[in-house]
Formats: sequence, structure tokens, C-alpha cells
Amino acid sequence: MARWNDVKEGDEIPKFVVDKLTRTDIVKYAGASGDFNPIHHDQTFAETAGYPTVFAHGMLSAGFVSKCLTDFVGRANVRKFGVSFRSQVWPGDTITCTGKVTRKVEADGEKRIEGELVATNQKGEAVITGTFVATVPG
Amino acid sequence: MPMDKDAVGRTGSPVEMRVELGKVREFARAIKDDNSVYFDEERAKREQGGVMPPLTFTMTQAFWGEGGPKLDLDFRRLLHGGQEFEYRKPVYAGDRLTATGRVADVYKKPGKRGGEMTFAVLETEYKNQNGEVVLVARSTLIETAKAVEKKD
Repeated sequence: MARWNDVKEGDEIPKFVVDKLTRTDIVKYAGASGDFNPIHHDQTFAETAGYPTVFAHGMLSAGFVSKCLTDFVGRANVRKFGVSFRSQVWPGDTITCTGKVTRKVEADGEKRIEGELVATNQKGEAVITGTFVATVPG
Repeated sequence: MPMDKDAVGRTGSPVEMRVELGKVREFARAIKDDNSVYFDEERAKREQGGVMPPLTFTMTQAFWGEGGPKLDLDFRRLLHGGQEFEYRKPVYAGDRLTATGRVADVYKKPGKRGGEMTFAVLETEYKNQNGEVVLVARSTLIETAKAVEKKD
């Protein structure tokens, strides 16, 4: 876990990789989140809407990015987490989450780090970009 | 009626959300987070005071659910553009949260292929059973411009 005395601006966040996302993974997230928009699980519906197949909830990939972040700083230490959705994630895609520390700062009586996050697919396209603020122990 | 600035400040009704341990673990598994901090209560208690839900867990009570403020948006053209969370105080499994949503901003931008896109920022504030604001979530919804009409 990141510590104030060790962490440096520019440090990379260890990768978290989801290898070949399945439709079952997408359905599991629909159940866990309660988001049953049929575009994410109903092939017929997705085709009628003009998509080649169903695609993952943006918040599922955001969840993968959040796992990458919390493994690095610890769940309880996150102060802010934000994501923007850049591109769709399709069944079969491999998603790699990583990021870097951009700033060390003391604020609100805490030692904090700020940084950027990104999830890319197997073609190297960003599917999610994000930012975070976390406190780090001394 | 298209959505515009007049909608800013519009508030939904408070919705209760219980942070259930089983649901927290189901969510952690769904996002492939196998960190024992969600599954080993002893470790979680020792390190952070209890099992905390994953960062995006409150999406289980999302803006499209009950209680949200009225949105004059066409859901067939709606995209989730972005999502932000501010974690103000710890949340633990067992907590009883109350979520209240409000329209924080509405703005328009020209679409890439003509027409106008509408951006709506929905802010949801979560209070715990002690009345403390523990989390603020902001969702940016994008209503895309109407599809270009097909020419014969």
C-alpha cells in the first residue's frame, strides 16, 4: 500500500487486468447493481438498437478501475474518485487498469496524493479515464 | 419539454438504502475485487473499523431508480458520461443511508453531427443513520442530439 515517505509524483499504480470479459460477467454486474437496462444483457434488444452485441455497463469497468485504486491506497483512504466513459466495452475485451500519482499535497490536515487512472482495451484504446484523491499514511 | 436551466435545484424524495454485507460482497465479486477486506470481517475491523462497500457500491441506488428528481430527458438517447464520488466519512456494512438527489446543473453543447446535446448533472447526497453526510455522488447524463434524419 502507498505510503507518504515512499510514494513519488509519477509513480505508476500496479495494473489490474480483466482477461476476456464474458457476458456472464456483465449479467453478474447487472444483478449486483440492479441496473437491468436490456442493452447490457439482451442481444435482440441490442441489435434492434443498432449495436452488434450487448456491451458492459460503464460502471462495471469503473468498478475494475476502483479495484486497481483501492489495492494501491486502501479502501478507507480514498477521498475522491471520478471517471469519464470514453468507449464501450464488449464481450471478449481484455481490460487493463492502471494509473499514476500526479501530485503529493497536504490538505485538510491530511497527507494526500492525487492521480490519474485509465482503463484500456486490448487495442490500447482508453475505455475509461479517471482521477482520484487519497490520503496516505506517513 | 426539453430540459434546461430551470430544472437546476429540482430535488427528489429521500430514499433509504441499507448497506447489507451480503450485497456488498456480491458487488465486490461482480467487479472482480477479491481483496479480503470485503470478505474477512476481522481484518476489515482491525484495519478500517469494519467492512466498507466498494467505491462505486452506491450505484445500486442510482439516479434512474425511485425517488430521483424529475428529469425531462429522452432515455432512448441517454448516455452516462461520467461519475464522481466524494467520500466524506466512512460507510460500513450495516449502515442505513438516506439518499437525496437533486439536479445540480444543466447545460447544452452542439452535437458532432448537428443538433444539440443536453448535459444534466445529478447530485446525490447520502446521510448515515446519525445524520452525517458520508458521501456525495455526481452523475453526468448526456442526452445526445437527435439522429440525423435519413434522406431518400
